[in-house]
Amino acid sequence: MKVLVPVKRVVDYNVKVRVKSDQSGVELTGVKMSINPFDEIAVEEAVRLREAGVATEVVAVSCGSGASQETLRSALAMGADRAILVETDAELQPLAVARLLQAVAGREQPQMVICGKQAIDDDANQTGQMLAALMGWPQATFASKVAVGEGVVAVTREIDGGLETLELKLPAVVTADLRLNEPRYATLPNIMKAKKKPLEVLPAAELGVDITPRLRHVRHAEPAARKGGIKVADVAELLNKLRNEAKVI
Amino acid sequence: MKTLVIAEHDNGRLIAATLNTVTAASRFGGEVDVLVAGHGCAAVAAEAATLAGVSGVLLVEAAHYAEPLAENLAALVQRVAGAGGYRAVLAPATSFGKNLAPRAAALLDAAAVSDVVAIDAPGRYLRPIYAGNVMVAVESEQALDVLTVRTTAFDQATAGGSAVVSTLEAGPDLALSRVVGRELSKSERPELAAAAIVVSGGRGLGSGENYHRVLEPLADTLGAALGASRAAVDAGFVPNDYQVGQTGKIVAPGLYVAVGISGAIQHLAGMKDSKVIVAINKDPDAPIFQVADYGLVADLFEAVPALTSGIAQA
Repeated sequence: MKVLVPVKRVVDYNVKVRVKSDQSGVELTGVKMSINPFDEIAVEEAVRLREAGVATEVVAVSCGSGASQETLRSALAMGADRAILVETDAELQPLAVARLLQAVAGREQPQMVICGKQAIDDDANQTGQMLAALMGWPQATFASKVAVGEGVVAVTREIDGGLETLELKLPAVVTADLRLNEPRYATLPNIMKAKKKPLEVLPAAELGVDITPRLRHVRHAEPAARKGGIKVADVAELLNKLRNEAKVI
Repeated sequence: MKTLVIAEHDNGRLIAATLNTVTAASRFGGEVDVLVAGHGCAAVAAEAATLAGVSGVLLVEAAHYAEPLAENLAALVQRVAGAGGYRAVLAPATSFGKNLAPRAAALLDAAAVSDVVAIDAPGRYLRPIYAGNVMVAVESEQALDVLTVRTTAFDQATAGGSAVVSTLEAGPDLALSRVVGRELSKSERPELAAAAIVVSGGRGLGSGENYHRVLEPLADTLGAALGASRAAVDAGFVPNDYQVGQTGKIVAPGLYVAVGISGAIQHLAGMKDSKVIVAINKDPDAPIFQVADYGLVADLFEAVPALTSGIAQA
């Protein structure tokens, strides 16, 4: 079984982002970029499936500029077998990414796509569901456990009230939540090995897909900051404030 | 200009988030239809019909809609929204809506807008990105927009309507997925995402036993829902559905009491719109104090019981 794992290059989760002064976006110059943490969990899951003998090949794919090769190398260092960069410098929104991934899935014929449930930059939480729709495949979002059976996969999902387990017919799309696994750290030898693994660069234009953005992001702003509160000395003062100032108890 | 709200329900009644979504839909300034797809759910359609602002309820019943499976529901939404001259399809930004809406959007060849917190006009939306550290104004010229709406940003629609319920034919059962198990947390407490008061615990509590022993009396006294930081959930103190934050639940109660929570930006993203925030933490430099209205630097194992008995004595 071949597993396709889409990965995205995003601002590192430790970075405090700043809005550009012209409000056109977020300052990315000189900012540390990393693989989207949820995608890292997806790569880990796919690699574990291969290590368990369930998956035969793990293919990482990223859509974006040449800089995303670095992100793909991270996935390769974690254990993905090969990588595909769908290269474009154009702005990509989730529907466009889903269409590009649909084209890649059409070529690669994976039995399962595992992706992160959302990217921590646009927080859209859409691409996996959209890809599943375009492929006509079942989906299991927010996965915390994946068990592959004969022609099916059982996925436990984190939903609002607790947990739910779905059985999907393969091929299927699974999106990874936080508690699916703890991704490994890439070791230095594996980072070195990853440099020699195949990384195919595919110009997005060759896939014949409409990737025109549908939405315009016209203005970015930092939300109004909460005004600083006070420190109270003890529980008695806290009770007094909550009763007489905030009037919430 | 019509909009279509996808009702989230349990076949018996509407989930409260649907009410907030109806209010969001009414911001479009036109008629609001509510799609109720389920099995044995006529009572839900009747309930939706009583909401102020709802002009029509579309009831679709079939055994294969008994569970809210994305494949069957998205195909149904595609058929209903594609035929009906709608300007927008809206679902709550709950695990139900986040799962379903993007799938339906792709079938409708529409971009989706997630976690909308304000609707200025049709095609003019505001939403948070980067864990709520940036707000972006989104403009769409699409004929049909698909939105998920953040329920804390919109009031709940109230009763006062008398919409007509019409029944639509069910779509086919695609039989691509099925539910094989479900473990739902049972609680007598208010629902976390909609509670007026939330008591939330973090790693500082040290164990699941401490979490329950220290926080439950306070939550009981306040009539509060219980929440947790990711650290507390990852450590196994409480189940996943307690998590407040960027990837957990988004809450905006009147009072949020953060106990032993350091305040990672991912957690703040889920609670910083609360009206009053209280933080109790022994580390005076914990980032949670930067957003707290009232910060108490103290040992939580002494401060929380004292606070509980102080409130109980009032």
